[in-house]
Amino acid sequence: MLVYIIRRLMQAALVMVVMSALVFAGIFMIGDPVAMMISPDASEVERDAVRASLGLDKPLWLQYLAFVNAAIHGDFGKSFLAGQPAMQLIFERMPATLELVLFSTVIALGIGLPMGVYAGLRPKSVGAKTIMTGSILGFSLPNFWVGLMLIMVFAVLLPDLVPGFPRLPASGRGATVNVLGVNLSLFTGDGLLHMLLPAITLALYKGALIVRLARATAREVLPMDYVKFARAKGLSENRVVGVHVLKNIMIPIATVTGLEFGQSVAFAVITETVFAWPGMGKLLIDSILLLDRPVVVAYLMIIVVFFVVLNLLVDLLYSVLDPRVRLESRAT
Amino acid sequence: MIGFGRKAAAFAAALTFSTLSVALPAAAQELKIGIKTEPSALDPQFHTLNPNIQVGAYFFDALISQDADLKTQPALALSWKAIGDTTWEFKLRPNVKFHDGSDFTAEDVVYTYERIPKVPNSPGPYTIYTRQMKSFEIVDPLTLRIHTTGPSPLLPLDVAALPILSKKAMAGSAPEGKTTAEMNSGNGLVGTGPFKFVEWQRGSKIVGERNDNYWGAKPYWKTVTLRPLSNNTTRVAALLSGDVDMIEDPPTTDLAKLKNDPKITLSRAVSNRVIYIALDQHGEPPIGIPDTGGKNPLMDKRVREALSIAIDRKGIADKIMEGVAVPAGDLLPYPMGGTRKDTPVDAFDQAKAKKLLADAGYPNGFSITLGAPNGRYINDLKVAQAVAAMWTRIGVKTDVDANAPPVFFKNRDSFKYGAYLAGWGASTGELSNALKSLAATPDRAKGMGTTNSGRHSNKEMDAKLEEAVVTIDDAKREALLADASKILMSNHGLIPIHFEISVWALRKGLTYAGRADQSTFAVDVKPAK
Repeated sequence: MLVYIIRRLMQAALVMVVMSALVFAGIFMIGDPVAMMISPDASEVERDAVRASLGLDKPLWLQYLAFVNAAIHGDFGKSFLAGQPAMQLIFERMPATLELVLFSTVIALGIGLPMGVYAGLRPKSVGAKTIMTGSILGFSLPNFWVGLMLIMVFAVLLPDLVPGFPRLPASGRGATVNVLGVNLSLFTGDGLLHMLLPAITLALYKGALIVRLARATAREVLPMDYVKFARAKGLSENRVVGVHVLKNIMIPIATVTGLEFGQSVAFAVITETVFAWPGMGKLLIDSILLLDRPVVVAYLMIIVVFFVVLNLLVDLLYSVLDPRVRLESRAT
Repeated sequence: MIGFGRKAAAFAAALTFSTLSVALPAAAQELKIGIKTEPSALDPQFHTLNPNIQVGAYFFDALISQDADLKTQPALALSWKAIGDTTWEFKLRPNVKFHDGSDFTAEDVVYTYERIPKVPNSPGPYTIYTRQMKSFEIVDPLTLRIHTTGPSPLLPLDVAALPILSKKAMAGSAPEGKTTAEMNSGNGLVGTGPFKFVEWQRGSKIVGERNDNYWGAKPYWKTVTLRPLSNNTTRVAALLSGDVDMIEDPPTTDLAKLKNDPKITLSRAVSNRVIYIALDQHGEPPIGIPDTGGKNPLMDKRVREALSIAIDRKGIADKIMEGVAVPAGDLLPYPMGGTRKDTPVDAFDQAKAKKLLADAGYPNGFSITLGAPNGRYINDLKVAQAVAAMWTRIGVKTDVDANAPPVFFKNRDSFKYGAYLAGWGASTGELSNALKSLAATPDRAKGMGTTNSGRHSNKEMDAKLEEAVVTIDDAKREALLADASKILMSNHGLIPIHFEISVWALRKGLTYAGRADQSTFAVDVKPAK
C-alpha cells in the first residue's frame, strides 16, 4: 500500500518537472511578457528595467533553474501581472471552482444515476427511450452554447414574457459565508441561486455520461448469477436493485465521476467564462493570454497534484467497493 | 469526530446567516457596472494599464484631471503655470480631505511622486510619467514646484496620470510604505476620490461607497460595484437580465439588437484610439514581398498612397464596424491637441490607386503579407481581411497573417511584417504622444519611434516634432504638431483607417456621457431627467 502511494508520488514529481519545463519553453516561444504588460509609451531603458526586475533578462535555462530551486523551497514565484505569489492567487480562486464542480457533480449523480438505472431495468419502456435519446443531447451540445441558452431562457426571456417568473442570476457568484476560513457560497440562498445555471451547464455532460454508463452496467449486471440468486432467494426487488445491482454499478461510476470531477475542476474554464464565475479556470486563461508564466506554471503544478490525488482516491474507493481489487497487487 | 461536530455547527451557523442575507433588500442608489477587464492591482502606482487607471480614478484624484475630450481640468491643483523653461508651479486646492479625514497638502504630492520608482516588480512602471521630474520644492503647504530635467511642456499631462496617495495612510515598513499587496486588500487605499474603497474580490467584484465629503460634484450613487465580465456575450446577458445596470463595450454584433431593445439605451463617444496600418520602410530587401526582385515598393510614396486610397474606409466603418468607427485621416480625432479641423481623409479611388501603382513601376502589382492581431481591437481580424481584399482588387495580392495578440506583438517588434494593422490610443489626448511613438525615426536613447516597427523616417517631420515637444506655449506647440502630422500624412508614412467609437449600454433611465479614453466613470453616470 505504502509502496504504491510512494510510487504514485514519484510519478507526480516527474510529471511536474516535465510540465514546468514545457510551460517555460512554451511561453518563451510565444512572446515577451514585458511587451504584453508594459505601457507602449515606455522607452527601451524602462523595458529593460522591468525585464531585470522580473528576472526575464537572464537566459531561459537560468530562469528555469532559479524557478526549480525556489520551487523546492516551496516558492512558486510571483505573478508578473499582480505582483503577488502565484499560489496565493490560485488558492484564492479555488473554493469557487471546487464548490461549483461539487454542486454540479451532485446534480449529475442525483439525476443521472436513477435515470440510468431505470433505463437499464426497463430498457423497452418509453421513459427509458426518452432518457437515452435525451442523454445524446447532453453529450453533444457544446458547453458554452448550453450556458448561453440557459441564460437567455431563464434570466432574460422567461422572466420578461411570463409575469412572476423568478429571474435567475446570469453571472457571477452570490453572497458568501466564511466556513473554516474559506469563503463559500454553497451555504447561502443567494449563492445557490447564482450557482444554479452554471452548475446545470456543467452537470449536463456529466449527467449524460452517468446515465449511459449506469444503463450499460445495469444491463450487464442484471443477468448475472448473483442477481438471479438474490431474486430466487425471494429478496424484495428494492433490495436486489438497491444493494446488489447498485453496488456493482458504482464501480465504473466512481471512476468516471472522479475523473470528470478532476477534469471539471481543472478545465471548467468555458463555463466559468460564460457565467463570469470567479474560479481558477478563468484565472488560467487570463494568465495564458498575458503570458503570466508563474501563474500558469503554478496552476499546472496544482492540477498535476490534484489528478494524482484524485486517481489515488478513486483507486482506494475501488478497493472499498470491490473486495476483489487489491492495491498491492496492482502496484507490482 | 469532534472535528466533524464543529464543522456541522459551522454549517448550521452558515445556513442561519444565509437566510438572513437573502432577506435583505437590494440597496437603493446602487450602480452595478460590467467592466471588460479587471485591474491587475488597486495600487495606482503598480501597473500603467487602462483598467487600473480607470479604477484608480474612483478612489483617488490627480492634481489635474482630463475631461471627456481629454483636455486638462483643475482637480487637486487649482492652477498651474510654467516658471521659466524647467519649473512648473502648482497651486493646490485648499480644504481637501482624504477619506480618513486628514488634510491634503503638498507633502502628500511629493510623497506620492517619490514612491513611484520604489514600487517593486511593477510590470508597467509609472516612472514613464516621472522621468522628467528632477526635484520637488514645497513653497508652502498648498504650493508645489516641480523642477524638470529639461523643458517639459507636457508635464501637466504626466501629472494627470498620477493619482495622489495619502502620506499618512501609506506609512509602512517597506521602502515604498504600504506594499502593492497591502493596497490590494484596501490597506492604505485612502485617497481623495469620489468613492471610498469597500472591498475587492478578485475575479468577482470591486465595491466602492460614496465619499460624502468629496470636494467636487458628489456622485449620485451611494454604492458602486464593478464586476469584471470579460466575455462579450456574458456582459450583454448580464445587462439584459438586470444583473448589472450598465456595461462597457458591447460587441458590435449585438448593437442592432440593443438599439431596438426598449429597456436599453446606448451611449457613444469617438475614442482616442486609431486603427492604422504601418508599412515597412526600412530599406531593401523588403519583408514579406517576394515578387519584386528585391526592391521594396513601400519605399515609394506613390505606392503608399495607392495602398491608402484603395481602402474604402466608409465601407469598413459601416459594414464591418457596424457604425462604431469614423474614417480617419490623422492619428487622433479633432479637436484633440495638435489635430486639424480640416484634416482630409484619403478618398476611396481604385482607378487612381491602380494608376499610381503603374506610375511607380508596378502595373501588375505585387504580393504582400498583412500582419494583424486577432482579438486585440474591435473586429481587428475582419478589418484586416477587408483591407486585404481591397488591396488585392488593385493588384496587390494580400495575405492576412493573423495571430493571438502576444504572438502578433512579438512578430511586429522583431520586424516580421511587411505591413501590419495595429491600434494606438494616445492617452495624453495630444498628437505628440502618437507621433513620437509611431512615426518618429526610431531612436531608443531619445525614446523616439518606440513602436515604429514599420521604420518610416522623415527628417522634416522629426525636426518639427522635436521642436514641439520642448515648446511650452500650448498654441505654438499644437501648431508645430499639426505641421508634423501634415508632413507625415502627405507622405503616407502611416495609413490611418478609423477611430474606434466606444459604446456603453445602459438600462433605460440612465445616461452616460462617453469619454474619449474609453473609461467608465460612475461619477458621470446619472439618472435621466
